[in-house]
Amino acid sequence: MKLLRIKAITKKEILQIWRDPLSLAMAFLMPVLLLFIFGYAITLDVNKLTTIVYDADQSSISRELTAELTASGYFTIVRAAENQREIDTYLDAGKARVAVSIPVDFAKTIASGGMAQLQVLVDGSDSNTATIALGYLSALMDIYGQRVTGGRSSPLIDSRVRVWYNPELKSRNFIIPGLIAVIMMVIAALLTSLTFAREWERGTMEQLIATPAKPPEVVLGKLIPYFLIGSIDMIISVLMAVFLFEVPLKGNVLILAVISSVFLFGALGLGIVISIVAKSQLVASQVAMVATFLPAFLLSGFMFAISNMPLPLQWFSRLIPARYFVTVLKGIFLKGNPVRILVFDAIFLLFFAVIVFIVANGKFRKKMV
Amino acid sequence: MPGQGARSSVLVNSTIAVSVRHLTRAFGDFIAVDHISLEVARGEIFGFLGPNGAGKSTTIKMLCGLLMPTRGSGTVDGYDIITGSEEIKQNIGYMSQKFSLYDDLTVEENINFFSGVYTVPEPKKEARKEWALEMAGLSDKRGALTKTLPGGYKQRLALGCAILHEPPILFLDEPTSGVDPISRRNFWNMIYEMARAGTTVFVTTHYMDEADYCDRLALIYRGKIIAEGAPNELRKNYMTRDVLEIEADHLVEAMEILEKQGIETAVFGSLLHATVEDAKAAVPVIYKTLGESNIMVRRVDKIVPSLEDVFVTLIEKA
Repeated sequence: MKLLRIKAITKKEILQIWRDPLSLAMAFLMPVLLLFIFGYAITLDVNKLTTIVYDADQSSISRELTAELTASGYFTIVRAAENQREIDTYLDAGKARVAVSIPVDFAKTIASGGMAQLQVLVDGSDSNTATIALGYLSALMDIYGQRVTGGRSSPLIDSRVRVWYNPELKSRNFIIPGLIAVIMMVIAALLTSLTFAREWERGTMEQLIATPAKPPEVVLGKLIPYFLIGSIDMIISVLMAVFLFEVPLKGNVLILAVISSVFLFGALGLGIVISIVAKSQLVASQVAMVATFLPAFLLSGFMFAISNMPLPLQWFSRLIPARYFVTVLKGIFLKGNPVRILVFDAIFLLFFAVIVFIVANGKFRKKMV
Repeated sequence: MPGQGARSSVLVNSTIAVSVRHLTRAFGDFIAVDHISLEVARGEIFGFLGPNGAGKSTTIKMLCGLLMPTRGSGTVDGYDIITGSEEIKQNIGYMSQKFSLYDDLTVEENINFFSGVYTVPEPKKEARKEWALEMAGLSDKRGALTKTLPGGYKQRLALGCAILHEPPILFLDEPTSGVDPISRRNFWNMIYEMARAGTTVFVTTHYMDEADYCDRLALIYRGKIIAEGAPNELRKNYMTRDVLEIEADHLVEAMEILEKQGIETAVFGSLLHATVEDAKAAVPVIYKTLGESNIMVRRVDKIVPSLEDVFVTLIEKA
């Protein structure tokens, strides 16, 4: 391998990217846009649930309970119902997702030390939201119940549950690091998917393969400029995560940079392999999109826990580099994991990068047919 | 890869630049190049002539290591064309038929790129660049984007980029196609200069008038070489019949009348060329036949056959 050749190819590639400002702008805007859209759109947190309350009791305690719901921030009371039937209409029409019905003798029962009953109806057509809403409500009721009874009815087991790594259980905190992995996978592969195909389409490949430049020189020379762009994209993504989405970054930034570089190299290499094989820009970009986005989105564990998948899918997910990067990013962001723990995933990413580079060199034959 | 593409010691200092035997390339059922054997001596301008689709580009691509032959063997600059194609690439210059430099780079950036890829040593780089710019007449256009250049300039830039590393052998595939006549002339002057400096030039063309610029020619038709030799040898050896040049009115009508008489004719610009066994016997016949049809004949002369005449005759025989 000759450095002079790699340098010449890199320089040429940078000039070509520079002369195409639209694509360059896209390369930098894409992560911002995707993080923005997905970061705000995908949230598993439930708040401001539309709620209808039918307070048949009209006591100070029932009113206090209603106020408590609003104060929690999870529920927005859209209507104080005048009868039970109104609840049905609101739930049917989707005007409310949760209905709370307080019976007539609610305050009296509590005062007499009995077990007061409360009817709660939840729209189960969105089961995820329903489950979360129920959880919130019962937790709220527990706290409230303890307060009004003055801790009189203490349960037998007092479990003090603490959530580690993401104490507020903010879904954004675990979604954003995973999202960065998915977005970087897609962007990196898309960036390089055009490089070889463009030369074949424009006819410049004929002159390039007539030169003594060796496959690794061409592959590396073409990869380096996109590695720079990808690194900038990664930095933008991390900055957005920390400052815009306020995800805690507990781990070492240097470790993050090193492992991200390895991942980036592999993902860019995958784009190059696709570009070499496809020989057409349109086909290459579409293949790159499908081949990276779907597996990275569905099987990386970014949204859907891998341990809940059927076994064959779990095995298959091991082949997806984004899976390891998702683990690494979550580990560094939320847990501040040391290298010792990250090393397994990092080794796989390195393995992937090396394999992809070898395949790219093998597939790039300097012949016309 | 050690061992691979080792230069055959017999040929290193040989006077042979290119040598192939039974070179064949098939694309599916179609045989583009059919058992071609040829030799090109060092320092000569070797013309590879033939109509479009005859197999010229396919042959040149096999010689330059861009295409695997289906059968046959050969060497270029002493390297085996099958195992040594990467070594060949370092030692030749190649200019493809279709312009294939980077349109979105400037003249100078294209030169810098190829100079880097061919690893022209740093101390030589500037001088080679200036030389290429000078030769292509592009010194004042070095900052221009390549896509803005007229065709003739593009061809010269492509040639310049192919010879930055001073290759001993140069392969030019239809270098003058689609270029105006003056640019074609200039281009051939450049080729001459390089040949004079010792470079072997292997050039394909379908312009018959360019054949006379070459030291030696091979005529290729439907994948086969149908004639080979110096231009004058071809005229002498393959043109056993005489060619008459006829200046007359109503060319097309005259041609039809002569064809009816069994005289082969073809229109060459504003003249007719007739191919006959014996000029002396044929001239009076032509005057008489055309005169009877009231076609005014100004002159009929025996001429030295052009290579186009030779080629037309050979193709009719093939």
